[in-house]
Amino acid sequence: MMQRFDIVVAGGGPAGMAAAVSAAECGKQVAIVDDNLAPGGQIWRGKDIPATAKEWQARVNTANVTYLQEARIFAQPAPAMVRAEQNGNYLDIAYQKLILATGARERFLPFPGWTLPNVLGTGGLQALVKSGLSIEGKSVVVAGSGPLLLAVAAYLRAHGAKVLAVCEQAPFLRLLTFATSLVTDREKLRQAIAYKLQMLAVPFHTSCWPVSAQGRGKLESVTLRKGNRTRTIVCDYLACGFHLVPNTELAELLGCRIADGKVAVDEWQQTSVLNVYCAGEPTGIGGVELALIEGQIAGYASAGEQDKARAFFHERANRRDFARKLEETFALDPALKELASDDTFVCRCEDVPYRALKHEDSWRAAKLHTRCGMGPCQGRICGPATEFLFGWSTGSVRPPIFPTTLSCLGATPELTELQETR
Amino acid sequence: MPERVALTINGKRYEALEGTTVAAAIMNAGATCRTSVAQQARGPLCGMGICFECRATVNGKPHQRTCQMICENGMEVETQ
Repeated sequence: MMQRFDIVVAGGGPAGMAAAVSAAECGKQVAIVDDNLAPGGQIWRGKDIPATAKEWQARVNTANVTYLQEARIFAQPAPAMVRAEQNGNYLDIAYQKLILATGARERFLPFPGWTLPNVLGTGGLQALVKSGLSIEGKSVVVAGSGPLLLAVAAYLRAHGAKVLAVCEQAPFLRLLTFATSLVTDREKLRQAIAYKLQMLAVPFHTSCWPVSAQGRGKLESVTLRKGNRTRTIVCDYLACGFHLVPNTELAELLGCRIADGKVAVDEWQQTSVLNVYCAGEPTGIGGVELALIEGQIAGYASAGEQDKARAFFHERANRRDFARKLEETFALDPALKELASDDTFVCRCEDVPYRALKHEDSWRAAKLHTRCGMGPCQGRICGPATEFLFGWSTGSVRPPIFPTTLSCLGATPELTELQETR
Repeated sequence: MPERVALTINGKRYEALEGTTVAAAIMNAGATCRTSVAQQARGPLCGMGICFECRATVNGKPHQRTCQMICENGMEVETQ
């Protein structure tokens, strides 16, 4: 089955919605291809979403945008075409311009016990609660790094959880500098103050992280370290994520240049590959406001409305400044490299322990010798971890970039005339 | 009042609020999702369809990412 559009947007989060709406409002035939059950991405998930999210949702609905939900892009069967799996069938989507808005995921770092059930990502636990997990009366420790920690802790408390501690690996002084810099950004400052007020009763530790999680078959307690002191807290859940990493797999598959773990783009958000654009977190973790701006620039530029795109350049520069501050503030403490013990599984799909990896010299060698990164997540979880632990670069993305069926993988694409003459 | 749907998890009947994902229902039931290569029990990690730790058999179909599936009436979930 094949569908054709002028502009195809991969990802239905803020950047994808903004890109699709902007291009569609210029009269283009636009589709959003989204892996999720509903548009909004990870940040605008569920019912309690902010007014901005509702406004963009309304614009998506009004604009002539085709929303292909639960469609996971896994390959490029021909030039100017991507293939997705949807409801067990394949779907080829031909485009003139492609906008990658694939978002980000949490960075996980291995420590003893991190594979226990009820140890989740920070955003992971929030996503589960938003999708029906009952958290009322449960005790939770929130740990890791990044602005998500406070936001999630406040969310969990508002839903009846007992948040016993919030532990940020970054040092207090860096956070203070970051907070001070927010003074010029009223909306971010308002959010930060609101979270802090909700969290007054909750101990907030800096330069603090989990060193182990304990439990028989399930999490029962977590041991935290701050400096030379350790403390064990009994809890139901540990929500632990070390900030975010860009989802660059699709960009890599298409041959886009990646620099410093981010998709490299020009001023129009175009990647190194002609007609392929990228917006939002894959170009660098910058938050929802930057994602919306980059999405609009990519949408207008891909639709040939350069002047409309240019109107957002100034705001983008300011927001990118914020992104740089985020990166500096939440840079990982090198001491976190010591968390994994010899027996700790680094690759959770294939249960590859740290011991088996510490003498390997590259991601490729580790894959060949130990099966690290060869399971169904295809290195999405252990890749960023090994990058931090061993300095490995995890390039060499190959199709399918998500597990799929042989019939979806093997089907011959229906080529357009243009593609046949190439 | 939100509607409820009835499903079975490992043969036992559970009710879930409409819109609940299968992963959340499994956790609410106190169950875990899959058994790892080294025979460890695993539950959801990322909550966004990337880590594949929440896999279970749904209506006879193995290796389903339960965090990306909504509970439906009569659904049969078997953890792996």
